[in-house]
Amino acid sequence: MSNRIKVKAEDVNFFYAKTQALKDINLDILEKQVTAIIGPSGCGKSTFIRLLNRMDELVPNTSLTGKIFLDGEDILESKIDVVDIRKQVGMVFQKPNPFPKTIFENISYGIKVNGIRDKEFICQKVEESLKKAALWNEVRDRLCDSALKLSGGQQQRLCIARSLAVETQVILFDEPCASLDPISTAKIEELILELKKEYTIVIVTHNMQQAARVSDHTAFFLMGELIEVGKTQDIFTKPKDPRTEAYITGRFG
Amino acid sequence: MRAKLTQKLGFFLLFFCIAATLLCLGSIIYFIASRGIKVISWEFLTQGPRMSMTQGGVAPAIVGTLYLTLGAIIFALPLGLACAIYLCEYSPKGFVVNIIRISINNLAGVPSVVFGLFGLAVFVKFFGFGVSILSGSLALGILALPLIISSAQEALLAIPQSIREASLSLGATRWETIKNIVLPTALPGILTGVILSIGRVAGETAPILFTAAAFYLRGYPKSIFSEVMALPYHIYALMTEGTHPDKQTAIAYGCSLILLAMVLFISATAIFIRQKQKGAHV
Repeated sequence: MSNRIKVKAEDVNFFYAKTQALKDINLDILEKQVTAIIGPSGCGKSTFIRLLNRMDELVPNTSLTGKIFLDGEDILESKIDVVDIRKQVGMVFQKPNPFPKTIFENISYGIKVNGIRDKEFICQKVEESLKKAALWNEVRDRLCDSALKLSGGQQQRLCIARSLAVETQVILFDEPCASLDPISTAKIEELILELKKEYTIVIVTHNMQQAARVSDHTAFFLMGELIEVGKTQDIFTKPKDPRTEAYITGRFG
Repeated sequence: MRAKLTQKLGFFLLFFCIAATLLCLGSIIYFIASRGIKVISWEFLTQGPRMSMTQGGVAPAIVGTLYLTLGAIIFALPLGLACAIYLCEYSPKGFVVNIIRISINNLAGVPSVVFGLFGLAVFVKFFGFGVSILSGSLALGILALPLIISSAQEALLAIPQSIREASLSLGATRWETIKNIVLPTALPGILTGVILSIGRVAGETAPILFTAAAFYLRGYPKSIFSEVMALPYHIYALMTEGTHPDKQTAIAYGCSLILLAMVLFISATAIFIRQKQKGAHV
């Protein structure tokens, strides 16, 4: 396993109007590993990962201090183009949100907005992305069908494929299985383990077993603070902080 | 038992209201159709009025109404759509935007004759377009604007934020997101607004009264600076002026039927397109 730091958060504070949602977060996310973020609802985990591809900008009345580095470059600096950041840091959302277009168009969209017009290349890339997302065999004969006809689990894998098609290096999963059944969930987890060979993965999850199954590192957030971070095995077997222990043993949250 | 009875009564009342509405609509259509159909013939649809409007057809008025409606939509659709996009997608939420929204809603409540007078003062006189298709289209367009803006806004707001986020997270700019994802998805809703405004615009008399409509013209308009005959105004003229009320009344019903059919036809076409659009991705 590589120990190179891909994403680094340094003293990150985040406010919604006057409410502080994140307090002095310092977190290293290692390359080609899975980092899980756990914690009760409203603890700031989703807020945190949305900072990593600057999706926080869409919410008005927020403010942010601190630094977030991607490959050593501060992505919060004003000269940085958010569009470039988002190409490198993809996102899979809580509810599958395919575009109301065909399966093919869903994948090709990201490639096209990045200025690539070469049809052959696009077709190749679509196939490759769908294969990586373990969806190719299910949809190869109906690429021109509407993506909305797919099942929830398939839609979610389509959304994963969609972010693989652009030159993504980091994929953020925001509770990707929250609306899926156990079988679809198992497929997504399997896929995450496969994807970490090539991509750096951050996953927010409410499901502690899921964090234990897929992640290498786990970070526990509570009330906007990062309480503890470490190897997943250590967090789940010998947590240092009593609050972490209370949470993972199900005493609150 | 009591709850069931109340429910039955409630449903009956709802059904009654629907039935009453349909009855109104049905009787209007029947009334107009049964009287109008008598005068409708190939000649009526293709020729101009003759013998001080007691004979011949109303083709110039049909053509005029088509031009005016088309002109109004050409003017109002891009402008209205742009306003809606700005208000929903770009403008910061706050006091100023609320004021703009309220103003637009108020514009919808302005009596149509006011648009007529405004058109006369601004387009006909100030800009010097004269009494013309252009002036009339612009006056009708302003009338249609609030309808188009508010329905387009509704359509845009109905699109889940998560789809926009998905597009942005792939490295699309906000404009690319609007152009490629938001607008195509909102198209059915936007079309609904266009349909509504077509119906409204085609039937309006007051805004074109001083800006475009002519009582009688020989032949068809030659350019956008020509006066035109228009169906609603023609109906008005037939019923209030002239020397042969008996014959004119029959022709007025014929015109009403044509106007009704035109609006229904345009609506049906738009609904058809909308269904096709929707059907492609369900």
